[in-house]
Amino acid sequence: MGDLTSASIPPVGPDDHVAGEGEGIVVYADLGCPHCAAEWPRLRGRPGRLVFRHFPVASKHPRSPALHAAAEAAGRQGRFFEMADSLYADRGRVDDPHLWERVERLGLDLRRFEADRRSAEIEARIRRDFESGIRAGVAGTPALFDACTLLSVREREF
Amino acid sequence: MIAVGEQAPDFTLRDQDGEKVSLSDYRGRKVLLIFYPGDFSPVCGDQLSLYQEVKPQIAEKGVELVGISVDSFYAHKAFQEKLGIDTTLLSDFEPKGEVARAYESYLEAPLGFANRTLVLVDEDGLVAWTHEAENPGVFPGANVIFDALS
Repeated sequence: MGDLTSASIPPVGPDDHVAGEGEGIVVYADLGCPHCAAEWPRLRGRPGRLVFRHFPVASKHPRSPALHAAAEAAGRQGRFFEMADSLYADRGRVDDPHLWERVERLGLDLRRFEADRRSAEIEARIRRDFESGIRAGVAGTPALFDACTLLSVREREF
Repeated sequence: MIAVGEQAPDFTLRDQDGEKVSLSDYRGRKVLLIFYPGDFSPVCGDQLSLYQEVKPQIAEKGVELVGISVDSFYAHKAFQEKLGIDTTLLSDFEPKGEVARAYESYLEAPLGFANRTLVLVDEDGLVAWTHEAENPGVFPGANVIFDALS
């Protein structure tokens, strides 16, 4: 576990999950978060580059760590955004058998998916994103950044 | 807001299990008091959930977390269970908000609850650092806590 003092978000790197091209945004999102799910179609439909970073808050959404691990494992087989799209689109079906259905539908190797999603490497990869969000002051999801600047957070009364 | 360097006012409140807890119980250890408006509000839930995610790293810094609001300890228990957190929650219930008032964090009627305030109390019971949110609708990210502890 690393330093969690304030810092700008890291620049986009080769192992980031990137959809689209050109100028765009970085989103810290929780795959178990209903607000993220509601916002996801708009984020996916906007022009430009979308960079996804993991920000699972397990105590708030207990299934989130498993969903992020599943998306990351799908990403190892080139289908990260397809898995994320599917998880956000059907939030009522996120147990393991539902993940396996998605794996089959996306044409992924199930044995590899199962090994990857339980690996320490993927856990560390997700935690790295989470900690970079903590350092950047993410206090709710989805949190959108333009380069290093926080663009928006959800506003609530209290 | 109570000033840094002052003696932190001692108190005795009931925790989520109805057990009495005093600030002086923490003497010799650092404790971060988290004053928040109320159990089950969306922002309070997000705040305590987020801090739970980095609680081990906060503990590595030798700091314990204690939440305080005007809710009853029964509500605290249900809130703690709903969030799946193990942070101690203290009930500033009767007289309502007395401890929040002592720390100058209380928002008077019509609000009637503590503002979102962090107070770090050191091993000697002195206020070492504070942070008060600009309004109850926002809370400081955990990075702000780590900045204070670095």
